[in-house]
Order: sequence, then structure tokens, then C-alpha cells
Amino acid sequence: MTYSFQFRDVFAAWEFLLDGLTLTLLLSAVGMVAGLTIGAAGAAIRVYGGPWPRRIVSGYVEAIRNTPLIVQLFLVFFGLPGLGIKFDAETAAMLTLSVNLGAYTTEILRAGLEAIPKSQLEAGRSLGLSGWQVFRHVVFFPALKVIYPALASQLVLLMLATSVVSQISAQDLFHAASIIQSRTFRDFEVYAVVAVAYLALALIFRAFFAVLHHLLFARR
Amino acid sequence: MSLVELSNVVKRFGALTVLDEASLSVEQGEIVAIIGRSGSGKSTLLRCVNGLEAIQSGRIVVDGTVVNEPGTDLRALRQRVGIVFQSFNLFPHLSVERNITLAPRVVKHMPASDARALALAVLRKVGLEEKIDAWPDQLSGGQQQRVAIARSLAMSPHLMLFDEITSALDPELVGEVLKVLEEMAREGMTMMLVTHEMGFARRVAHRVVFMHKGKVWEQGRAAETLAKPNTPELETFLASVLH
Repeated sequence: MTYSFQFRDVFAAWEFLLDGLTLTLLLSAVGMVAGLTIGAAGAAIRVYGGPWPRRIVSGYVEAIRNTPLIVQLFLVFFGLPGLGIKFDAETAAMLTLSVNLGAYTTEILRAGLEAIPKSQLEAGRSLGLSGWQVFRHVVFFPALKVIYPALASQLVLLMLATSVVSQISAQDLFHAASIIQSRTFRDFEVYAVVAVAYLALALIFRAFFAVLHHLLFARR
Repeated sequence: MSLVELSNVVKRFGALTVLDEASLSVEQGEIVAIIGRSGSGKSTLLRCVNGLEAIQSGRIVVDGTVVNEPGTDLRALRQRVGIVFQSFNLFPHLSVERNITLAPRVVKHMPASDARALALAVLRKVGLEEKIDAWPDQLSGGQQQRVAIARSLAMSPHLMLFDEITSALDPELVGEVLKVLEEMAREGMTMMLVTHEMGFARRVAHRVVFMHKGKVWEQGRAAETLAKPNTPELETFLASVLH
């Protein structure tokens, strides 16, 4: 092998990478909050809603889960302007990621809600709790505990999936890598650095979720 | 006026008629044991009393509240009517204290310190004060059921419903739960209990109600009815459970 590694050019562009990292984190954070909110509403409708709202949510979930994220992204960024709805790349990315994650978390949270036996709800209602109080004090926590590992995995997947937004030139970490590559032609070095960055991010996310799990579910 | 008044109650699950014009009244301070084969409608009858089951026709009045009307505030009713289930149904993610204080805090807005004192007081009644900081899965079945009783008592109910509360227990744990009921009986609590414990029914209940085919088939003073049934159906039933 005669290739000599040259990481200097890559690290010289660290500010560029840092900007990209910032957007990646921002997209992940916004996607998680919005996606979980959509997912919570979607799951509540799927479990407790009337037949029509349930059907609509099912349609949403199946449409999203059975089409590629990049197609959804292009539809929002390149397709919707044709109908007069225009977003900048970052907004389109946030919107798409939120809607995408919302569908997956709807399914995950639904599984959690359905894992709580009906007898628990009856016990809550029998004590005079309202429907909302039963949900909040009896259902929510045990349901979250059941699906926590699946949910945490899905959120890490979302963070990794943010890398596709570079395709609509949103300037995330992967987009920064592509720019550096085109300037330095150090393909291996730049993609290796970015791969390590994503790996580190994923491990940090997982560590964060592990700590959160402990804080939420440790017995006090 | 009776504390509980069920008149011609009909309850169907699809094509299956579970309660077929069932009528029953329970007086203040009375202890009524409801017996019968599985599928005779006795648990359903009990669950109708606090509105857990909607009925198709008839009328149910509990503590002055008409249960089966659209505008009825079932939440207010349920604060006065406790129910204990066969499978305990403690909340697994809450400690014993929080299981007991959840409803007083959330529904009655009781301050935390008062709620803990209340939890201790009701646990004392069931003999489990020392378990206030335990978790449900650290308790035996009998202890869990006693905590479930304490949880109901914390709402100071006027009426307690017991739905086969010893059926899921190992035989050696049944006694400790029945002892708690006897204590409540001595204190004058009005109770309706679906039970298979004939000895307990004879000893503690004022009245025995035999359900058959969704109807109140026969009822009367506990000792007499169990000793000398009037209907062949009750006689057959007693023969099958007592031997």
C-alpha cells in the first residue's frame, strides 16, 4: 500500500465540521421533540380514538414507514414548492425528520399503551381518577418502561438518518464532509473522520438514554 | 332507602345475556355474599354497581346516585365506592405508599404529609404498616391484596365491593385477607362480596345471594340459606362446592 494518510487537511477545516455537527445535533433534537410529540398524539389516537381518526393515523404511519426517507425529503423540499409551499433546506429537513420519526414512534408508543392490562385502567378509574389522570399516573410510566429500549434505538437511528439531509444541501455534518472532500480529495480521511464522529455521537446518545433510564425508572 | 338498589338490570355482552333482570338491594351496614357458578353473572353484577360495566336496561341506584344515566358523575360515585379485584391490580411502578395515596392526592388534592399519615392509618387496619415503603413485587399475594384493600379504604368509601379477592391466592394466604374483611365487618362497613369461601360467607355475611343464569335466584339469611336451600339449583351448587 502506497497511500499516505493526510488528516491535516481534514482537521484544518474543523470549524466547518463543527458547524455541520451543530446542525446535525439541532436536527436530531428538533426531530426527537417534535417526532415524540407527534408519536404520542398518534399513539393516543390509535389506541383510544374513534374509527376514522384511527384510520387516518394508520394511513399516515403506513405511508411513512413504507417509503424511503430520502424520497419523503425530496417530496417536501423539491415537490411541495410546485404546489406553492416553499421551505429552506433546514426547515424542510426538520419537518421531514419530525414527520418521519412521528410515524415510527406512533407504532412504538402504541405497543407500550397496549401492553398495559385493562385491569390497571379499571383499578385507576375505580379510585375516582379521570381518564387523563389514569393515563398520566397509571398508564404512562409502565408503558414507557416497556418500550424504552425500542424508543431509544429509534432516536439514535433518527440521529444517524439526519445525514440524508445533505442531499437537499442542508449543511449538516455529512454535508460538511462532502464539501471538504471536494476541496481536498482526501476521501478516505474525511469520511473516516465523519464516521468516527457519528459513532461517537451515537455512543453519547446511548449513554444519555442509559442515564435517563436510570433517572426515570430507578426506585425511589 | 337502601344503599344499593338494583332493579331489573339487564347486561349483555353481544348475544350473551349475563344479567337477566337481576334485582337486589343492600342496606347500610349490611354484608352480602354473592355466590354462584362461574358465568352466573355475579362478578358482572358487582362491576355494574360502580359503573365499570354499562347496562342495557334496568336501574341502579348507589348511595343516592343513579349509576346508569348519561349525566352521572361516575368519578364522584367511585370515590365513595371501593372495589377490590381478584388480581389485586396494584400499580407496579408505585410504592405501597404511593399506591395508597395516589387517589387521595390526585383526586382529593390531599397534601403529601397528610397522605402519608393516611397511608399509615389504613395500612395499620390491614396489619402492614411496616410495608409502607415496599414495592408491590416485594409482597406476597396476600399482602398485595391487603394493600389493595388499604388503597380502597384510603378513600373512606361508604360501600366496599370485593370481587373474588381470595381466588388468586395460595390457600395458606386466604386467612390473612379474610381476617381483614372480618375486621371491616366489625366496624360496620357495608360490603358486597363475590366469593367462593362458603365458610366465610356463613360466618361473616348477613345475607347470601345466589346468582344463577343472570338472575338473583335465591337469597336469604346466610346460615339458613346455606343450610337449607329453597331451590334445587342452589342445593346442587352447594353440593358441588361444599363436599
